[in-house]
Amino acid sequence: MNTVEVIKPGVLALLMDAGRKGQHGLGLTTGGPLDADAFFWANTLVRNTPNATAIEVSVGGMELRANAEVQIAVTGAQMPLFIDGNPRAIWQSHTVAAGSTIKLDFAKQGARAYLAVAGGFDVKPQFGSTATVVREGIGGLNGSALATGDALPVLAQRPTDDQMLPVNLWPTYPQHPVLRVIEGYQVAHFSAAQRALFYSHEYQLSQQCDRMGYRLRGPALQCDIGGIVSEGICLGAIQVPADGQPIVLLNDRQTIGGYPKIGSVFSADLALLGQLMPGATVSFAPISAEAAHAELLLAERRRLAATQQLERLS
Amino acid sequence: MPDMRIETAGSNALIVYFGAPDAGIDDTAAAQVAACADALRAQNPRWLEDLVASYGSLLVVYDPLLVDPLTVRACVRNCALVDASHHQEGQLIRLPVYYHPEVGPDLADVAKRANMSVEQVVSIHHDTIYRVYAIGFAPGFAYLGQVDERIATPRLATPRTKVPKGAVAIADRQTAVYPAASPGGWNLIGRCPTPMFDPKADPCMPVQSGDRVQFYPITRDEFIAAGGSL
Repeated sequence: MNTVEVIKPGVLALLMDAGRKGQHGLGLTTGGPLDADAFFWANTLVRNTPNATAIEVSVGGMELRANAEVQIAVTGAQMPLFIDGNPRAIWQSHTVAAGSTIKLDFAKQGARAYLAVAGGFDVKPQFGSTATVVREGIGGLNGSALATGDALPVLAQRPTDDQMLPVNLWPTYPQHPVLRVIEGYQVAHFSAAQRALFYSHEYQLSQQCDRMGYRLRGPALQCDIGGIVSEGICLGAIQVPADGQPIVLLNDRQTIGGYPKIGSVFSADLALLGQLMPGATVSFAPISAEAAHAELLLAERRRLAATQQLERLS
Repeated sequence: MPDMRIETAGSNALIVYFGAPDAGIDDTAAAQVAACADALRAQNPRWLEDLVASYGSLLVVYDPLLVDPLTVRACVRNCALVDASHHQEGQLIRLPVYYHPEVGPDLADVAKRANMSVEQVVSIHHDTIYRVYAIGFAPGFAYLGQVDERIATPRLATPRTKVPKGAVAIADRQTAVYPAASPGGWNLIGRCPTPMFDPKADPCMPVQSGDRVQFYPITRDEFIAAGGSL
């Protein structure tokens, strides 16, 4: 069996497919990549299916050794990539010789990079998915983050040409993104003045930001109810606890909770949030559910068109 | 027609609420949630990704590339209108509990607060038949209600950093068995040797949302023989 060996995992490296679906009835969360778009491109550049298992690297500092020839691609945050010590570009695939080291340095911009390998990492799914959720001890190799010495099995692949995503199609990760909000849930319990406060001020990412959720700091929001009977929480939901400081709930969130919610961050904007580090600022703007839906369809068409524009490197 | 409303939740989810607003925990609403979830599962549309049933609400998660929000809303509305009065009740699951201060450090406080003996608290706890209103917080964590008002006890002011696996606990009018060691602020009154979540077992949980649960007391020896650890 071909393997890629973990020399150093860095800050946080997790085996990840597109996420776990249909398991909320057991209390299992979805997991999956915080930047679903970059994850898609990492797999696409090595000609994998969109749900193949790749590595989500948070912040950086990861080092691997390929024990057989493999083709890899790195996308997402600007983490300097080195193969055998030589700098290499991201947003393209590279054929890596057996015995080579692959190093992802600390991010210069952004927070999450994705490293995919042609054929995907060959990991047994748990509850229909390989997504690692450390809090649940589910997915990945044994429910944990990657650690030094882990051997990640890779299916042998016939070599193919390397390819790159044209530079004009690379996503941009703004430093101060405006996150669009689909109002819903208990929005009626936030007065017009409170909503105006929310949409007209910047919020800063606190130190309490992880794959469960990002706790923000800014003008406190008041809601005319203190708590609600616990209910299902969707991806991106913006929960407002008693201190009025919003929390955006992400991929590893608890599936139910009892704090009022003003709505949810539009899924297409969650990658922008996932690419920010504590201390960054964001602001919010409302978008209708219909406009958001139209934009999702348009984004999918654009992405499909982009997959036809990959440049072959030989 | 059931008392219900549908709200947007996000770009891939909506939530349906049953029962009058502020009605609190309500068995009629819980039965409607279960009936609506069953109706959706029976239709099993391609776009349906996940469901979260909890007390009086049902979160419906869909794939927005396969369907538009208005179609989901119409489908959910139809499923929400099914008659829940004949809805099949869930199974009755019996779970053993070793009730003792050794494994229930809050048992004495619950009794003191209720102004009754520890034995009375224990018998009220296992005489009640509970409904599984929701599963969440952690894999396999089932929210059971309603705890008899006489022994309802608010959460601890300071949550424990570690509650052991199998701990049986009360918070207000809810009770639960901790499926794994975790932090927690509920009042601990005993311990259950039955695993509440085992990823290798099939089924991996002894209960499902909508089931009913009744506890029965066991001795320390029976607890250990059943695989419980102190």
